Parts: sequence; structure tokens; C-alpha cells
Amino acid sequence: MKWLCLAVVIPPLIASIVCGLFGSRMRREWSHWLGVIGTIISFAASLMLLRALVQQEWQPADLTLYVWGFNPEWGFQVGFMVDALSVTMMLVVSLISLLVHIYSVGYMAEDPGYARFFSYISLFTFAMLMLVSSNNLLQLFFGWEGVGLVSYLLIGFWYTRPSAVTANMKAFVINRVGDFSFVLGIAILFSAYDTLAFDRLLGSAGALAQMDLAWLPKSASAQEWACLLLFIGAMAKSAQIPLHIWLPDSMEGPTPISALIHAATMVTAGIFLVCRFSPLFETAPGTLSFMLLIGASTALLLGLVGLVQTDIKRVVAYSTISQLGYMTAALGASAYAAGLFHLVTHAFFKALLFLAAGSVIIAMHHEQDMRQMGGLRRKMPITYLTCLIGALSLSGFPGFAGFFSKDALIEAVSASTVPGAQIAAVILLFSVFVTALYTFRMIFLVFHGEPRHDASHVHESPHVVTGPLVVLAVFSLCAGAFLAEPILFSSPMQNAIPMAAHGGMRHLADHWEGPAAFVVHGLFSPAVILMLAGIVTAWLFYGGAAARGQRLLSKFKPAQWILDRGWGFDALFMNFFASAGQKLGVRLWHGVDQNYIDTGMVMGTARRVRSMASRVSSLQSGYLYHYAFVMIIALFMLITWFGFSFVL
Amino acid sequence: MLSEAPLLSLLIWLPIAGGLLVLWMRDQEAAAERIALIITVAGFLISLYLWAGFDPNQTQLQWVESVAWIESLHIYYALGIDGIALPLIVLTTFMTIPVVILTPSSVSQQQSFYLSAFLIMEGLMIGVFSATDAVLFYVFWEAMLIPMFLIIGIWGGANRIYATIKFFLYTFLGSVLMLAVIIYLYWRSGEFSIWAWHGMHLSAKEQWWIFMAFWAAFAVKIPMWPVHTWLPDAHVEAPTGGSIILAAIMLKLGAYGFLRFTLPIVPDAAVALHGLMIGLSLAAIVYIGFVALMQEDMKKLVAYSSIAHMGIVTLGIFLPFSMATLGVGVDQEGVLLAVQGSIVQMISHGLVSGALFACIGVLYDRMHTRQISEYGGIATSMPMFAAFLVFFAMANIGLPGTSGFVGEFAVILAAMHANFWVALLAATTLVLAASYTLWMVKRVAYGPVKRPAIAMLADLSWREGLVLTMLAIPVLILGIWPAPLLQVTEPAVHTLLEPIFGL
Repeated sequence: MKWLCLAVVIPPLIASIVCGLFGSRMRREWSHWLGVIGTIISFAASLMLLRALVQQEWQPADLTLYVWGFNPEWGFQVGFMVDALSVTMMLVVSLISLLVHIYSVGYMAEDPGYARFFSYISLFTFAMLMLVSSNNLLQLFFGWEGVGLVSYLLIGFWYTRPSAVTANMKAFVINRVGDFSFVLGIAILFSAYDTLAFDRLLGSAGALAQMDLAWLPKSASAQEWACLLLFIGAMAKSAQIPLHIWLPDSMEGPTPISALIHAATMVTAGIFLVCRFSPLFETAPGTLSFMLLIGASTALLLGLVGLVQTDIKRVVAYSTISQLGYMTAALGASAYAAGLFHLVTHAFFKALLFLAAGSVIIAMHHEQDMRQMGGLRRKMPITYLTCLIGALSLSGFPGFAGFFSKDALIEAVSASTVPGAQIAAVILLFSVFVTALYTFRMIFLVFHGEPRHDASHVHESPHVVTGPLVVLAVFSLCAGAFLAEPILFSSPMQNAIPMAAHGGMRHLADHWEGPAAFVVHGLFSPAVILMLAGIVTAWLFYGGAAARGQRLLSKFKPAQWILDRGWGFDALFMNFFASAGQKLGVRLWHGVDQNYIDTGMVMGTARRVRSMASRVSSLQSGYLYHYAFVMIIALFMLITWFGFSFVL
Repeated sequence: MLSEAPLLSLLIWLPIAGGLLVLWMRDQEAAAERIALIITVAGFLISLYLWAGFDPNQTQLQWVESVAWIESLHIYYALGIDGIALPLIVLTTFMTIPVVILTPSSVSQQQSFYLSAFLIMEGLMIGVFSATDAVLFYVFWEAMLIPMFLIIGIWGGANRIYATIKFFLYTFLGSVLMLAVIIYLYWRSGEFSIWAWHGMHLSAKEQWWIFMAFWAAFAVKIPMWPVHTWLPDAHVEAPTGGSIILAAIMLKLGAYGFLRFTLPIVPDAAVALHGLMIGLSLAAIVYIGFVALMQEDMKKLVAYSSIAHMGIVTLGIFLPFSMATLGVGVDQEGVLLAVQGSIVQMISHGLVSGALFACIGVLYDRMHTRQISEYGGIATSMPMFAAFLVFFAMANIGLPGTSGFVGEFAVILAAMHANFWVALLAATTLVLAASYTLWMVKRVAYGPVKRPAIAMLADLSWREGLVLTMLAIPVLILGIWPAPLLQVTEPAVHTLLEPIFGL
């Protein structure tokens, strides 16, 4: 099984190294074949891993490959934890990565950085697989930072664009703010348990509450500190308020990347982390409520921002943030499995929407403004249909994958006993309306109405692009019905993510009568009604002429003003934190280092040195030789002198 | 048997003899360079042999040599290494090689003299790491500075005399105090063996004064806040090779001094003053991090970044004393992790900062400026260089998978054993280092090509490519598998800390 795990993670790494080192010297096709074959092997090995897991009756396997360093007891190691959770993630990651690799063959066809691109996405796949398969916090953090690195490299893929290189730095630094907290969380766990290995950390998760930790502030319990800090780390990666501001800007990267990294996989790493540590989070009710608050507000507030975007990719980006908010809220309600389920279905339909948007962008010759589009459905039937499926799935139309996960999620949240869950459920419910509204605003603006551009050159994308769309559309349509039971209620998954005490999942399980009954029951649920209302509203304002939508917005000037600015989070970070940091840097440098330490403290040494230096420099550099010899002689004389004084 | 051979002496005197030989070959610079390269590579191979023959599980000093030097004063020519000195010696022999390779492109005049200064300095620095007699240590410690003064003073930039004298004043003050302490300890104990001083009985007051004197010598070298202001000036004026050695090796001497002298000789003073030391280390991490953010000169930026990274080293060294005062019993995990982490951080910083200074040298040789604002869009004309720059920047940030992560992570984890707030402040390096390093990368490498001259730049020459590749390899290896290094340091750290903390 160890070999199987290696077969999952290593092939993309090899592909990446070969493409990265020799990409410029080998034929173009080789780079994509390497990447595609690498991810095919990963996916196949993940499937075999699943089979192996079934054969051993879902007994989780904890395999350590080698000890990275320090005392082996401490768990600084490289190894794999094979259970239902990690295998689910491996399958999702390798499958989406494979489809994105194939899609990129078409999307990146004309880019001069072809080999570099494939090297990066293969490296990403490796890092993400290392993250999800890890059996310890060290390797998880390695993957965590690895995906962050590749995200940085890919957002800045077109490195001559000033906006791209600003965005990638912002993404990295904001993520580092999260990592700052994440590392502190890891440090608390390590200091308490003296290990980073999952089996011992999670096996005795409850023990943290009994420990007397002298070094920790007493304002909260140890488990609250640890969970809160881990969660703040997850907030940056999974783009939760207020650390979400890097994600919209990350759209500067090539579109396949937005699908793979900034929608389907990397941004869900935070959700995965909390699922992995669910036994620990269960003991921290304060953090759970905090997660509910953050998740629900992210879902609603950033969904609203999606309403005013004009760039097609940014609509989908804000939608991603909003959906991540749903997942976070589910985690907060301690309905971890529901969060994971939404993660999986979201990976399919959001990757689909991004790739469809990419298909539109190619057809429009890299025009991303939806106001310049319109009427594309006749020209691009496959893209239109698949995109529509993705949109319906995202909105939660009964029967689609997104419906199962979202309805289950909302129901689990509303039945949860975590303080604040009821309010969160109401917010999430209202967000369903917002989701449907912005999604179908996009659909209508892009595909319906009259073309607002020169449509003569627009044509459907090549098969290599539409193929992955169709595959993802199938998953977005069907995955929900098939995966609901295995992910939400199966005992293997409950081994990995124990069913929590806070009621939500229990309630869901008690009322579960199979997928068909769930659809029928859902038909009359408030969520579906709100979703339909959202679609109808979108139709009313954007279905026909775009002018009507503009009129609507002009009636809500203040709302639009604040939404255009994304609630001002960006301005807060850039104008307050970034510039305050810079001002502080200047003040410390000039004010303290130069004026105080250099001139003042060392008794004006600097000034004296300067005047000495000006005198010395007139003596030629030959002075230095003398000076050096004087020093050596002085040194030996000193030793001798001291020596004699002792002897005498 | 080769294991009986005086290999440490060979490592010290071979480069020095080679340096004198090269000095004598003034007119044949190509030959001088070849000889210098052979000698440095030979030195590196010998140091690897030293490592191979080193038994990490043996707690005594190894490769010991001892010859009476001035018998009446009990001064010996005594050498020997433990698991702390060994990696630093290998680092020294390794880091001299890139300096030699880069010499023709970074210095245009008096190349053989330049090479000889570095070779002599290499031998002297190895002497510092391997001396077990305090007088011998002190002689090497002082003598080592002379080639560095010459390197900055002769091949430096416009303001070199100012920088050299500032460097001299700072280090001289510290050295004089250290000499006084060495003599005092001799007076108390009757011998100059550093190891005999370990665990010596000294009153609290004596310990306090000795600690302060040692601090003056070592803190300047590291440098710790607030005696750090000589370093940016020295770096800016130094030629590329000078900067590489200064950052990679010289800064480590201070930290080595703390481990070799301060901790074992005056542990009670270290307990009493740990708060101050940790405070200064955190100041280096946080305060200097902000200062680095605003630098306009690339070398100054990396110099400030060095100070911040060395702050992690000193933090790791003094953290155990903070744990010792918690009253809950010293836990072994935290103590070992802290000191081992800081040793790994020393090695890693040597490689990474050396590589970053080499990168800056590559740019300076082409554009003759180090102002960040003069650059922009380098990645377009020098893609290979940009790839290396981003790689070493990531190592500087401490990305897992590079050596920069290992020590930083260990020290932050250990800091949590001591105090939450210390760990919190130490962890700010994650954000600060990313900010200043990537901001520089962004302005230098990315964006549109800023000036026509940049579009014309040639990518790495084979010499430069070779240097950056050979520096990248250990950075990666240590990041993926630091176990070999940790296995060597662990018993030595244990031996060092055992009498202090009763592990």
C-alpha cells in the first residue's frame, strides 16, 4: 500500500521536474503528455487505493515512509494516512487535475510558456496530493505551502503584467498571514502532545482539555486556542472573510488554474484541514461558533459582491468564496461530512463553470467583460449546455449534485445545536437566492440576449476543451445522488470524520430515505423556492436587454458603491495594514537605526567614523596594509604582554 | 591510519599555505585561480572525509590534536570538533568554492591577492571552529578579521573606508572584552582549555560580567539588535565574495561563540538574562523585518534579512533558559528542538544568504547598480536567473522543502514550549520575510522590462549557473531530508545541554 501511495504522489512530481528542467529543450507535446500521463497514473493509483481500502474493510492505514528529522517519536516524518477522507480527496484532486491538464492543452496552445505551465500544474498536483494524504502535520504543512507556492507562480504566470505580479504577491502574503496562525496552532499541539503524527494527536484529542499548559494565556482553553489558530490558517487558504481578498485578484492567472487551484482543490485545503481535525474541533465550542459566523457571513456578503461583477471570471471567483463560506458554516455546525460533501460536488461544478468561462474567453479572444458578450448560446452549444448544468448545480436545482450537498448542508446546519446555528441557517438560506441570482445573471448576460460584440468570428472551442467540460457536466449532474450516502452516512467515512455530537448530522441521518426521497422532499423546501426566485429575478432583469439590469442597479446606488468595493476589505488591507507596515519600516530605519543607534547611542561613532574615514581615504588604500600588520603585531604583543604579566 | 592524521590542521593550514602561494603568483591570474579552486575543492573533500569519519554517537571531541604551544602559560595548539563545529566547518569549506568560481566576474584587479585573502580567511575560520584552546581560538578569531578588512577596504565600493572602520570599531570593542574574559578565566582556572571551563564554579556576579563581555564579542558578530548597524554598511561596500563569506560564515561565529562559551560557562547568568536575550532576538525578527521591508538597495535588504534570520538563531539558543524558569520542569523536547533548530538555521542561512548575495552579484556585474528601483522585468531577459532568484527567495522565506524552513519551524515550535507570546512574535517572520523578500523579487524580476538595458542582459554564464546550482542542491536536500545534519548535531547538543538542564 505504501507503493500505491507513492504511485499517487510521485508521477506528477517527476512530470513537473522533467518539464521544468528540460521543457525549453524538448518538443512541445512532450510537456503535456508527461503531465497527462502523470496524473492518469495518480488517478489510477488512487482508484486502486480505494479498492485496496475496500478489500481490507476500510481499515485505515497509517504508513510512515521516512523520518524527516529529530526524534522519531515527534512525528516529523513523511508518510501517508489512507482512510475514506484522504482517498476521497485524492480521487477528486487527481481527477480534476487530469481534466484540467487535458483542457490546458487547448487553452494554453499558443502560450510561449507552455512547458513551464505544465511543470507548474504537475507540481501543484504533487503538493496537493501530499497535503491530503499526509499522516502528520509537518507534511500537511509542506503540501499546504507547496500549493501556495505554485499558486503564487501561476497567478504571476504572465509575469510581465503588473496586475498579475501584484496579485500573486498579495496572494502569498495574505496566505502567510494565515500560515502565521497555522504554525502557532501546530506549535500548541506539538507542545502539548510532543508529536505531530495524526494518530496520536487525534487519538487523544480530548486530552488537551485536561492538560495544564503554563505557557498558554488563560483567556481561553488550550483546545480553543489550538482550534482557533488552525482555523485562522484555514481561513486564508479557503478565502474566508477577511482573509479572502487575495482570491478575486488571483484571477490574473490562466483560467485552467482558476479552475484547478482557486476553485476545486487548493482553496478547499482549509475545509479538509478542519475535517481532518474534527475530533479536536468538537472539543472547542467557541471556535465552532466562530466558524459558523465567519462561514455564514462569507457566504452571504461575498455572494452579494458577485452580483455586481462584470468580469466573468470574477463572478465565478466570488461565487467560489461564497460556496467556501457554506462549507465553513457546515464545519462550524459540526456537520463536517456535509462540508466535505459540498466540497466534492463543488469541485465538480465549480471547475466546470471556470473551464466553461475559459472556453468563452478563448472564443471571445480574451475578452472577459460580460457586458461585451451576449447571445453566445447558438455559437457555442456545448459550452452553453455544460455551463448551464454547472449553473443549475451551483444554484442547487433539485436532482443536480449541488442540490444534494447544499440542501443537506443547510438542513444539517439548521438542526445543529452549536450556538448560532439557527441564525447561520437563515443566512445560508437567503444566500441561496443570491447564488441563483448572480449565477443566472452571468448565464443570461453571456449566453442569452443579442450579441453585444462582433459575433462573426466566435465559434465553439476544440474537443480538447469541450471534452473535459462534458465529463465535468456529467459529474455535476450525477455525483450528488451517488455520493450522498457514501460521504454523509457511511461508516468508513465516519471512521475518518467521527459523527459529531452536535446533532446536525444525526438529524440528517435519521431523516434520510435515499436520494430519490431527498429530491422529492426538497422540491417543496424553502431553499428550492428561493433558488427559483433567484433564477426568475435574474431572468427579469438580465434575460432580455441588459439595460434593465443597469436600471435596477442605479436604483441602489449606495449598495452598488459598497459592493463594487467589495465591502472595503481590500482598501482596509492595502491602505491601512500595508501602508502602516511601510511607514513603520521607514520610521524604524531612519528614525531609530540611523538617527538613534548610529548617531546617538554609540556616542556619535558614525559621525566620528565618517570624519576619520575622510582623513584616512586621503592616505591611499596602502594604509590598510600597514593597518593590518599593526593589528597582527598588536595582537601578538598583547598576548605576550598579558602572558608575561601572569608569569611574573 | 587516516583517522589518526591531523586532518583539522591540514584543513586550517592547507588553504593558508595555498593563499600564500597564490599571493606569490601575482602575474598569472588564471593559474592562481586554478590553484585556488583545487585547494578549496580539496578542502571541501577533506571536510567531507572528516564528516564520514565522525562518530555522532560519541560524546567526546573527535579528530583531536594537541601540541604544547607556550608551555609556561599552558597554552596549547589544541584542536578538536564536536557535532556542532563539524557542520559549520563543512559549510566553510563549501562556501569558499563559489567565491573562487565567481572571482573573475566580480573582481577586475589584483585577482590573485583577492583569492589569497579568501583562502587565508577560510583556514582561519576553520581554526576558530576547531580550536579548543581559548588563546588559539582568540588568535584565529582576530586574525580572521584582517583578510575581511582588506577585502572590503581594497575591493569595496565607494564608501569602503567608512564601512571598514565601522566594522573594525564594532568588532574590536567586543574582542577586547572577550580577551579580558579569557584572561580572567585563565586566572581563575589555571588553564586555557575551553572545555575545562565548562561547568566551572563562578559566582553570580562573576557570571554576569563574563556574560556581558562575551555578549559584546558575540552579539556584534551575529549581529544582534542594537549592535547591528555595521552589517548593512559592510555588505553594501563589500565585493560579492566578501558578502557571501560575511553572511554565510562570519555571522555564524557569534552564534557559535554563544554555544561554545556563554551557555556552558555562565549558564546561571544566561538564566538570569534570558529575558533580555529573547527580547533582543525578537526585536531582530520583528523590528528588523520592518526595516528590511523598506530597503531600496538589494544588498541592504538581504543584510537586514540576515539580521532577522540570525534573530531566530539567537532565539533558539536562549529559549531553553526561558523554559528552565517556567517551574514546570524543563521538557526535553523544547530544549533540544530549540538549540537544534538554531543550528540548522545557521547552516541554512549560510547557504541561502550566500546564494542571495551571489544572485545580487550576478546582477551587479551586469548593471553596476544594486538599487531595486533600477530593475524590473529581469525574468524576461534572464529567465534562468529569475528561476534561481525565486527559488532562493522562497528558501529565505522559509518555505517547507527548503532548508530555510527546518530551523525556523523548529525554533517557533520550541518557542511555544516557553511562552505563547514569544512564539507569536517569532512567527511574525512568516509574514515579514515573505513581504520583504517577495516585494524585492516582484520589483526586480517581474513586471514589464523597465529599461532597454535590461532587455539586452545575458542570462547566467556557466560559472554563475554552476555556483547557483551547487548552492541550490544542499538547500533542497536539507529541506527534504535534514536527518543527516540533525543526527550529527543531536548528541552534541545533548552533551552541551545535559549539565545545564539535567536532561
